[in-house]
Formats: sequence, structure tokens, C-alpha cells
Amino acid sequence: MKSIQRIHGWGRYPIIEAEVNVPLVVSGVKSAVENCGADGLIARGLGRSYGDGSLASYVIDTRHLTHLLDFDKNTGIVTCNAGISLADILEVFVPLGWFLPVTPGTKHITLGGAVASDVHGKNHHVCGCFCDFVEHIELLVSPDNVLLCSNTSHSELFHATCGGMGLTGIILSVSFRLKPVSSAYIDQKTIKAVNITEALELFEQNYASTYSVAWIDCLATGSSLGRSLLMIGEHATDHSLSSPAKHAITVPVEMPSSLLNRYSIQLFNTLYYNRITKKEVANRVHYEPFFYPLDGIQHWNRLYGKNGFTQYQFVIPKEAGQEGMTKIVKEIAASGKGSFLAVLKVFGKQNDNLLSFPLAGYTLALDFKIEEGLFPLLDRLDAIVLDYGGKIYLTKDVRMSAPTFRQSYPRWEQFQGIREQNGTKGIFASYQSRRLGLDR
Amino acid sequence: MKKILIIGATSAIAEATAQRFAKEGASLYLLARNEERLTSLAADLKIRGASSAAYALLDVNDRVRYEEVLKEVVKTLGTIDVALVAHGTLGDQKACEDDVDRALLEFETNAVSTIALLTRLSNLFEKQHGGTIAVISSVAGDRGRPSNYVYGTAKAAITTFCEGLQARMFHSGVHVLIIKPGMVATPMTEGLSMPGFLVAEPDQIAADIVRAIEKKTDTLYTPWFWKYIMAGIIHLPSAVFKKENL
Repeated sequence: MKSIQRIHGWGRYPIIEAEVNVPLVVSGVKSAVENCGADGLIARGLGRSYGDGSLASYVIDTRHLTHLLDFDKNTGIVTCNAGISLADILEVFVPLGWFLPVTPGTKHITLGGAVASDVHGKNHHVCGCFCDFVEHIELLVSPDNVLLCSNTSHSELFHATCGGMGLTGIILSVSFRLKPVSSAYIDQKTIKAVNITEALELFEQNYASTYSVAWIDCLATGSSLGRSLLMIGEHATDHSLSSPAKHAITVPVEMPSSLLNRYSIQLFNTLYYNRITKKEVANRVHYEPFFYPLDGIQHWNRLYGKNGFTQYQFVIPKEAGQEGMTKIVKEIAASGKGSFLAVLKVFGKQNDNLLSFPLAGYTLALDFKIEEGLFPLLDRLDAIVLDYGGKIYLTKDVRMSAPTFRQSYPRWEQFQGIREQNGTKGIFASYQSRRLGLDR
Repeated sequence: MKKILIIGATSAIAEATAQRFAKEGASLYLLARNEERLTSLAADLKIRGASSAAYALLDVNDRVRYEEVLKEVVKTLGTIDVALVAHGTLGDQKACEDDVDRALLEFETNAVSTIALLTRLSNLFEKQHGGTIAVISSVAGDRGRPSNYVYGTAKAAITTFCEGLQARMFHSGVHVLIIKPGMVATPMTEGLSMPGFLVAEPDQIAADIVRAIEKKTDTLYTPWFWKYIMAGIIHLPSAVFKKENL
């Protein structure tokens, strides 16, 4: 099944026209790859990466490859087609007492996408990335060559594919370890930090907590610069594995982009920051609002209007910590841009995956609507980030320059070498890989 | 434990429905053409909780095989609680206008085969004195529209056939459910331009189907608002309808 469609990432920028192939079986993936033209192709899942990483003029959409293939209830190792969503996995396995070992801020991504982005979550500081729990993947490098890759078999290709943005082939299936839980609920604690200094201190004090993340007000200035709400959590042990009924609300149409401006966001942020009046509040919440607060609002990306938006997520090493973070947050606050969805988190150590994003330090993610003057601001931020030895998350990126990429992802040459060795360079290519100079 | 037979089991709506039954621990028997997909679907359903998931290959246009296949189904499942007839193709309307054989093949797949299957199934269920025969028709059968009237004609035939069946089977305690989905995002509709806010996910349809089987509904419009949309379309005066190009 194929058709010409207009597609975009979650940021709704850019919007391109592509031939979209939707195979129903693995053999369909092979023939779709065979029929691809000279321009190359990229695999695409639910289109939740923000930028242009899943965009190409020829796309293989894995959305219908959604079967669970194997499950060992003793070890919690599950094998699935790569197009299954994390939402579907949770729905099947939470009632059985299993949870995702690592989850990003939305469950509406595919398993293949989770591997290709080597996604991280609120437990990165203690558990690492998603791919650290992957046993093996089936990777199609060409129509007649499907390799089983793991830490021990084709391990170089494995470490290039985990976080490799689909540029080493098409992930057909993934086998990974679920984590046992005895409850669908999270014991959550919310702590107020008056500014960024206190926020970073609180992260350190709560380093032993399984989950930690902070919402940060990037528009506050002066002594309130970087005021935050730190949320920490542990799986509850109340043996309640059932879920309450869900009622998602939806943003039915594109909103006028002027709706989100400095004043409306400032108002939202002030209200949000002051939603708790005590220094610390503890409560028990279902895993959905804890991990996926925005999944409760379908199509929230339409809030940013017709020009779309981008999420800027960077990490800087711990040594640069407070100084670097303060400098960047100041720059953002002064610009008056920035959004109500800004997230601060401390990362644990970097893994062996060549293009994986996290490294030991602090990461900040924030949304900006696409508008005049935004990209120059982001270029200025890039310069500061690079100065401190940091980098930008490829899954969110839509505008980083090739030199910035090369400088901040020093293992890129090794990555290219593995692509060349396996003959996947030029065949699997996206708008992003071209922009970053990985493909022509 | 429910015993479920699904024909056209690899269609997106059928799969989503099967997954819901699997979660309740049902025993399933799957019939479809695509062996590769059937194999992984069977594995999927077992992991989701199905007591068993057997399958066999069947091309619905191969009508001589029905008897043999259904015999095997009965041997495996015993009494059938639910038979979901979900197979179908959405042929290219334009191509059907230019090519008689193609138009007739569409009708064959979507109507003739279904009537043949339902005839056999109804006799089987009549002897059982119970159970549900659920048939996926479509809102497209409510009024012939220029965009898909070949498909619509086949669905209209099924709807009418099932209405008769409903009344006949009522006397032996068999429930016949006519399912009329609106626009659904499935591989069958991939690439069609459909107004986003009207398009449902297969799992929403599946949830409605499972509920309608439980409640013994006669006709299910899914999602619900299609009942009102179609009421509007049916009652448009033909002078207006012809101009609108729906």
C-alpha cells in the first residue's frame, strides 16, 4: 500500500510531500525497500519525533507492524514488531505487573522509534536509556539481509542503530526487558525550587529517587530565574494494577499562533508554579498523569499555530552545571520567547551508542513556536551549549548545522564508517541526515 | 471463555476486535488470506491473553472451500459464540467504472462471498440456538455516492440481507449485528483524503463492536455520530444530492 501524502514531525515544521509505503508484513518492508528510488528512504513510526528525522521523499511507515511476537513471563523479556506503540505495550503488560524500563514523555511512539532515538526518561540518572534494556533487534540493512543485532552479535551495528535515527536500516522487531511493578500508581512528591540554583541542588539531594524531573519557568527573571517544580516518584506498592477510565481532551484545529505569547505564557507559568502553596506536596497518582501529562491533550502540537514549533533540548556536562545552565536560561528569559513546557532533568552517564543523546549532566527541553528571530536565538544557544561541551537532541532537532553536529557528536565518523561498511549510507537517509551532512 | 470465529481476521478492525476478545481470555479461530500476518497475529493474541488462537488460510472468493473450513472451525471451537465477518476490499471506484470485470469482482468479494458465508453460518447458528453473527457493513451502503458506489452497493446488499437474517434468526435466539463503520484509519483507507476530525481509530470501532455484541444491538453506527450524518445524507433531496458530489 502506498500513496503520496503530506507529512511532518510532531513540531508540524517542515511539512513535506512524500511517497508513504505502509507494509502489513515484514516481506512488504523488503519489497518497499527494493522499490525505493535513488534518493533513499527512511522508516517512520507514529511521527512523534519533533523535527525532520522521519522525513524523506520516500518513507516506509511501520504503523501497522504492531504484533507482540513473544513474551517470557519469567524474565519479562518481550519481543514485538517495531511498529507497536508504547501505549499498546503498557495496556497489555501493566495489568500483568510489568512496566516499561524507560519511557519518554509520551507513550504514543513506536518501539522502533524508541530504539532509533535511544529515548530516555525520568529515571535516566539511575537506569540509563531505553536501549540499555534491549536484548536484540532485527535490522533490515538491505532487502536480502536482515541481521540480528545485540551487544554480542553485530555489536558495532547495534550501537550505531540504537540512537541512530533510522540511518543504519529498518528495525523490524525489538526484544527488550520489561520491569516488574506491583502497582500502576506512582508515589509522587512535588518540591518547589525558588530558582535554578536550588533546583539543581534538589536534583542532587534526590539523586536516589527512581524518577525525577522538573518543570521550569523559563520566563522568570532576577532572583526567581529558573524557578521550578521538582517532581520525584517511585512505583507504589499498593498492588493496584488496574487503570481508571481515561478521558482525553483534544485540540480540534490549529490555534492562532498569537495565542501563545510572552504574556499568556507568563500568566500560565505563574499560575502553574503557584499551584502548590507548600514547599513540598506528596500524593499518589496513576502512571499516566505522572509520565504522560500531555498525552491527555490530543494534538497539543496544534496549539502552536500553522507555522508549527520546535523543541530545543540540549545537555551540558555536570561540570558546566550551574554556570552554564544559568547563562542559557538567562539568554532565553531575556529573549522573551520560550514556552510553558520546559523540562529540566539530570542525566546519568553516557552509554556506548554512537549517536545517543544523554551524557552525565543537565538537560533542558523547551518548546518554541517557529517565528522570526527564533533560529538566530537557537544558534546563540547552540554556541553556548557547545562551549560547555554539550549537545542537542537529534530527535527534537530541526535546524542544527552540520558543523555543530560534528563538533557535539564526536563519534559521528565512526557512525558513518559503520554505515558505509554495511552499505546503508545513502539508502537510509532523511531530511535531517542531509542537513547534518551525513548524506548528500 | 468465549469462542470467536473471525473471517477477514487481518483487517485492522478485525484485529483490534480480536485483541479485545483475547484480553478476556477468548478462544479464537482466524481466517484470512495473508499467512504471514495471520501467523504473527495468532502469536500476538496469545500473548494478549487468548486461551487459543488457531488459524487457517481462506480466500473468501474460494467459496467451494467454505464447507471444509467451517467444519474444521467447529471441530476446533465447538459451539461458536461470536462469528465476526470482517473481510472486504475498498476497490478503486474510478477503475471500477472503466472495467466491468473489476466492478463485478468488487461485488463478488464484498457481497456475494458474504452472502454465501452468512448462509452457511446462519444454518450453523440456527442449530446452536444462540450466539452472535456480527457483520461489518458500512455507512457507504446507506446511500449510493459517486465516490464509492460500487463498494456501497455491495454493502447495501449485505445490510439488506442481514436485516432479513435478523428477523429469521430471532426465532432461534441468534443475534445478528449489522456494523456500519464510518471513516476509519486502516490500511484499506490509507492515502484517501478524509477529514481528520471524522476519522476513527480501529480500536474505537472494536470497542463499539464488543459492546454492541454484549448488548445485542441490531444496527451499530460507529462512531455513533455517523447515525446522524447518514440520516442527513439519506434525507437530502436528490436534486441537491446529485450536485454535492459526496
